[in-house]
Amino acid sequence: MIRIDCPVCGLRDETEFTYGADASVTRPAMEDTGMQHWVDYVFNRDNPRGWHREYWHHVQGCRQWLVLERNTLTHQIGTCHLARDADLAVKEAAK
Amino acid sequence: MKRLPSGGRIDRSAPLNIRFDGRTLPAFRGDTLSSAMLAGGVSLVGRSFKYHRPRGIYSAGVEEPGAMVHLRDGPRHEPNVRATVAEAFDGLVATSQNAWPSLSFDIGAVNNWLGPFFSAGFYYKTFIGPFRRSTWFWMMCETFIRKAAGMGRASYMEDPDQYEKRNAFCDVLVIGGGVAGLSAALAAGRAGAQVLLVEQDFELGGAVLSDPVGSAGDDWVARARAELQALDTVRILTRTTAFGAYDGDTYGLVERVSDHVKVPVAHQLRQRYWLVRAKRAVMATGAIERPLVFGGNDTPGVMLAESVRSYLNRFAVLAGQTIVVATNNNSAYAAAADLAGAGADVTLADMRTTPPVEARTLAETAGVRLLPGHGVIEARGGKRVTGARLVPVDGTGRAQGATQTVKADMIAVSGGWTPVVHLWSQRYGKPVFHGEGACFIPDGQDSHPLQGAGTAMAAASLSEVIAQGFDRGAEAAQAAGAPGDAGKAPDGFACRPFWQNGLHPAWAVLTAQGKTLGKAFVDFQHDVKISDIDQAHLEGYVSVEHLKRYTTLGMATDQGKLSNVNALSRMAELRGKAIPDVGTTTFRPPFTPISIGSLVGHEHGRHFRPTRLSPIHQWHVEHGARMTEAGAWMRPWYYPQYAEDLCTAYIREAAHVRAHVGMVDVSTLGKIAVQGPDAAEFLNRIYVNGWKTLAVGRLRYGVMLREDGFVLDDGATARLGAQDYFMSTTTANAAKVLAFAEHLLQTAWKDLRVHVTTVTDQWAAIAVAGPKARALLAKVSGADLGPGALPNNHLTHAMIGGVQVRIHRMSYSGELAYEIYVPAGYGRHVWQALHDAGGAFDLRPYGTEAMGALRIEKGHVAGPELDGRTTLKDLGLEGFASSKKPFVGSVLQQRPVLEDPQRPTLVGLEIEGDTGAKPGALLYAAKADAKGHGDGWVSSTTYSPALGRYIAMGLLKNGRTRKGDVVRVEDFVGGQSLTARVVSHHFFDPEGERKNG
Repeated sequence: MIRIDCPVCGLRDETEFTYGADASVTRPAMEDTGMQHWVDYVFNRDNPRGWHREYWHHVQGCRQWLVLERNTLTHQIGTCHLARDADLAVKEAAK
Repeated sequence: MKRLPSGGRIDRSAPLNIRFDGRTLPAFRGDTLSSAMLAGGVSLVGRSFKYHRPRGIYSAGVEEPGAMVHLRDGPRHEPNVRATVAEAFDGLVATSQNAWPSLSFDIGAVNNWLGPFFSAGFYYKTFIGPFRRSTWFWMMCETFIRKAAGMGRASYMEDPDQYEKRNAFCDVLVIGGGVAGLSAALAAGRAGAQVLLVEQDFELGGAVLSDPVGSAGDDWVARARAELQALDTVRILTRTTAFGAYDGDTYGLVERVSDHVKVPVAHQLRQRYWLVRAKRAVMATGAIERPLVFGGNDTPGVMLAESVRSYLNRFAVLAGQTIVVATNNNSAYAAAADLAGAGADVTLADMRTTPPVEARTLAETAGVRLLPGHGVIEARGGKRVTGARLVPVDGTGRAQGATQTVKADMIAVSGGWTPVVHLWSQRYGKPVFHGEGACFIPDGQDSHPLQGAGTAMAAASLSEVIAQGFDRGAEAAQAAGAPGDAGKAPDGFACRPFWQNGLHPAWAVLTAQGKTLGKAFVDFQHDVKISDIDQAHLEGYVSVEHLKRYTTLGMATDQGKLSNVNALSRMAELRGKAIPDVGTTTFRPPFTPISIGSLVGHEHGRHFRPTRLSPIHQWHVEHGARMTEAGAWMRPWYYPQYAEDLCTAYIREAAHVRAHVGMVDVSTLGKIAVQGPDAAEFLNRIYVNGWKTLAVGRLRYGVMLREDGFVLDDGATARLGAQDYFMSTTTANAAKVLAFAEHLLQTAWKDLRVHVTTVTDQWAAIAVAGPKARALLAKVSGADLGPGALPNNHLTHAMIGGVQVRIHRMSYSGELAYEIYVPAGYGRHVWQALHDAGGAFDLRPYGTEAMGALRIEKGHVAGPELDGRTTLKDLGLEGFASSKKPFVGSVLQQRPVLEDPQRPTLVGLEIEGDTGAKPGALLYAAKADAKGHGDGWVSSTTYSPALGRYIAMGLLKNGRTRKGDVVRVEDFVGGQSLTARVVSHHFFDPEGERKNG
């Protein structure tokens, strides 16, 4: 059982969360009518060996969507941000 | 075999009455079933898995491969219990398993003589390979094979005992209550860490318990225990096995609360499952002695040397009188010396030519006959060892010279020790090879929160065991943030020799030609012989993982606790490599078998998952409603009058609604408060239809899609205020819709100022439908509900029974209808108020079955149509989609494959005849053969009282162009064959005149 350090609730068991989706893809803008953009967003995924960014939903807790870094090889857990702040966090990490 | 008149850690003032196969055994409190068996002279305990060979007690611990029994009878009966860890209790009843007609005369033993046919890969080669093109032969034979290949039989009766799950947190989890574990707990406890110390035995002490009573180790353990018990921060759990180490530093434990008594005392648990989150953990799990490989090494009377010593010193049972001890290391010398001291005639065959002086002195002082450079090549005897064939051996264990047979009733073996690395391996993968100890140990990387200590790390002396335990404990406490100082490590004490100093890495004794004399086992529980490994090698198996699966070595319930290194060394020898180059397999939880009951805890039967009840539930029950499950909810299915069955009742209820007025509890609908300045924009995006023009006080039906363009859900949303919307979803999709909305708002649409909150449990909802609905509601509320004051798709606030409610005028049944939203706590009160006032209008409650009949008559889609495979066009709902704005799924619903005109589309079906169709029945063209998947399927079906016939909804290829056609409706499950006419699915009142009245 992995444990996730929810920014709102603190360190909690995996059983309080549901896995959401790949957080490395960006949803096209509402006005975007490019079929391929939407196909990529909904269907096309990388299957990385190693670190991966993914959405987890603290569904039994604060109901916030989180962006969690998880290593698909070792199952290690990395940083965890509110999805709201995730872009900001990525930008800061890049600085 | 006999019980000594004194000594041992048993309570001689507490004799126990226990029985094995009907025979009474002399036992005391502190005994295990196996020690009582040995004291009572039982040497034959079971029959082996494949060859049905006689098997006895091989060990004194969790590693036991042979002495497995049925324990208890009746509903508490338990199969495959290792006698070595079953604590003796008064009234214990055990029976042998895997033997027929009796343990002593077992027909299955014929397999022993058919041995050559049962070699590695036997099942694949004999039953599957030659019949590769089909499976019928294997299927036929498997039944008999499963019956003959035997473990114990489980009980079919319900378990009468209680189990529970418990969550726990600690700074430092110490696994193992031996010297290393006690040292670790002392260090961590003194430093102020919250410590949980778990020990699988019922006593602390580990290996010290196998020393004679009164040895220096006893004082040491007593002092450590006393100090730990005095520390508030330390909790000690005995009879508790840490069976799994998992991600996130979580550990699974099973505490055997009442396994040591006949029946749990009133209200006490049988077992407790602990889920522990530990910041750090110390694995002080010790080591398991390793067997030697020689012919007949599974004969009852062959035992692990330290186990024989344990039976002697801990249980005061001398398991043999004329004993041959066979070893390749120093640790067995303690067993030889103690056994000789207890009066046994002991011969020690050491495969090494020059044993160390200290070991030699220890043995010779005790009167042991020492044979350096010798090994046991064969155990003689059938159901019990009668002799040992000894032979001089070279460094690899090959015979060099003539054999001599000596009389013996016991052969005690030691091939060194195998550290118990299971938990570490479960977590971190492959352990590393330790050359001197010839074993695999954890890699010792500091970064791991789980660290090994003591003989689990192949520590080579007692001072090293204590130092490792203490240091790991202190480090763990510090890493977990404990404030204090661990102080000084405890002093050591005198103890038996360790195996690591001077172990000679040879485990199999073979003839000069490299053959075994008789069957020589590597895995005792799965009957894997050393020759099976040879055969696998000849057939080209080089990976240990493949070897394991091909021979089933290490795959029995003991997970190869005894067999691992012996098999690897043989594999290495055959391949001309070193053991570490051959590699090892990884371990999986559980370390020892655990009961399903402990994992289930209370979560079975009605407690398997929560049951959701509407606020009005009790009224339905009290008024005779038959309830039905809808997801986690219980809903009224129908309200039978007198002895009505379902069909009669729902047809009556549905007809009543169309003629008079009915009410149905719709509290289970999902309800979501959508609030904020951008709420309308949010609805505009998530629904396919437009929301910008919806005025306050009005409501609208909406459909939403998934991102991939398929229909997700439908329902009505009402605008309660300028920034306040009330969304309803179907009962089944409520959670999904909310999570999806939250996802969009928190990721892609962060700019929208909107909150979504579930209010499903805050509101009870009652649908009132029928021509008299308005008159009824006007009377109970006093509100003006006239067509001008409250047209369709409008809402108003009113009082019913003194409670403020919201009345939404909308119709699911197609009748003049209202949904009344009531604060949940008043749901039943308002329902009752309606019921009380309803007499004058002939108001009747109706259930979900009648509700379904009414909606099918109207052609409304529901769960069976919204099955995640249907698009707006499939359902004829494309008219709702706005072309003026993008919405979720608006692009992907236009994928060519979804626009295919051939796709099944929603149709109505008028069934011919007087039987209804079954949901799931397939549709075929009238003249086509009923083969393949057909042209579509039936989704919803009912008898229509309004039309006076059976009708159905279905999805049919080219459905829009087939109105008027006749189709075949084939139910292959029920064997029913019908015909139906394709019609519009708006069966009844297609213009909607009734609801708009």
